[in-house]
Amino acid sequence: MSGWLSAILYILLAPVAGGLIAGIDRKLTARMQRRIGPPIFQPFYDLFKLIDKENVIVNLYQNLYLTGFLVFNIVAGTLFFAGGDLLLVIFALALSGIFLVLGAASATSPYSHIGAERELIQMMACEPMLLIAAMGLYLLPHSFQVRDILAVDKPLFLYLPGILFGLLYILTIKLRKSPFDLSTSHHAHQEIVKGITTEFSGPALAVVELAHWYETILILGMIYLFFAWNPWVAVPATIGLYLAEILVDNTNARLTWRWTVTSSWLIAAVAGAGNLIVLFYFLKAGF
Amino acid sequence: MSMFKRSPWMVHYDGASCNGCDIEVLACLTPRYDVERFGVINTGNPKHADVLLITGYINEQSQPVVRQIYQQMPDPKVVIAIGICATSGGIFSECYNTKGGVDSTIPVDVYVPGCAARPESIIDGVVKGLAVLETKRAAWRIERKKRNRVFRLPFFKPKASPP
Repeated sequence: MSGWLSAILYILLAPVAGGLIAGIDRKLTARMQRRIGPPIFQPFYDLFKLIDKENVIVNLYQNLYLTGFLVFNIVAGTLFFAGGDLLLVIFALALSGIFLVLGAASATSPYSHIGAERELIQMMACEPMLLIAAMGLYLLPHSFQVRDILAVDKPLFLYLPGILFGLLYILTIKLRKSPFDLSTSHHAHQEIVKGITTEFSGPALAVVELAHWYETILILGMIYLFFAWNPWVAVPATIGLYLAEILVDNTNARLTWRWTVTSSWLIAAVAGAGNLIVLFYFLKAGF
Repeated sequence: MSMFKRSPWMVHYDGASCNGCDIEVLACLTPRYDVERFGVINTGNPKHADVLLITGYINEQSQPVVRQIYQQMPDPKVVIAIGICATSGGIFSECYNTKGGVDSTIPVDVYVPGCAARPESIIDGVVKGLAVLETKRAAWRIERKKRNRVFRLPFFKPKASPP
């Protein structure tokens, strides 16, 4: 019952929390660059303005794909917060990403196409690590259900340090932050105009932003799982790791796609899979 | 309540300027002036932008580009001519290749004179442009209502037939 309650709370409150996090992110980023920065409610102003603008579409499918992107993001998050299957969450998240790629690729703009290709490369880079993370979280409770993982009475991050590190590494890709903001960027001026969102304007762009806020909350929820044995540790740890992401975003230049794929696969193979193998044998030996 | 005043996203195009005004436009984004505190984002994408900043005069080569950027921007939108070249052609107005200021090609809402225009005056021009954006938004909403009538369900009969 509490699972459904938290799922409903997620659907209602995730846009508010996600928008606030985006606002605080922009403020902190500005402070790190010695600027004053926009007010923390700026993302909401942007969203309402975008809804108010003309909806210029390049073809009939574009908005359908974007709706799919938003809906499957919400589905993934709802499953997660309802305590559902973690694998299903990851697959729903991947499906939502595919919808975004389809939306961008359906337009004829070359920038949109490059953005779509890069988004696929980013997904290719981060999917293995997400699956390894799901397998790692499975090992202690012997269940993929989020509610069972939450019920584990041990500090999971001590058992899964490599997997947590790998997940944090690809988190930068998922949150669209430097050094991995290849397909699109929130920062001013980038070499492929706006990449994957080039052809989305007005309400369509608002949908993309909203879906991104849902995704942010879901990803923060995934980090929370690693510290879930004690909420007094979990909440500060999740906030601290997000702040670390902002710091990384501001201190790194954008990498090429080769670096992105190679490094994230290498970390998934060494830290992620290594952690998985070691933990498996430790548990088998009865530790 | 309209949010256009709080989040004007701009796209900047250099018609054919000496780069003096461009540097001043970009100076607005630096920590010293920091226009992002007003919600301004330099998008670089006309499809995301509300405000079009144009520096420099218009010639044969830049004219189709300016026209295209203007057409790609979704309504409501505002055009601001930055610098004396953009307002009238300036020092280049007598040149053989000059078409004139930006208003020779697209409608301009705010003129910001100066050679080069200072960041303060550019910010002032954008603020004046926002007032224009607000009136355009009101007109655009009426226009949109008329357009939406076509897609209404049959049992919602329109009050007046669209012109």
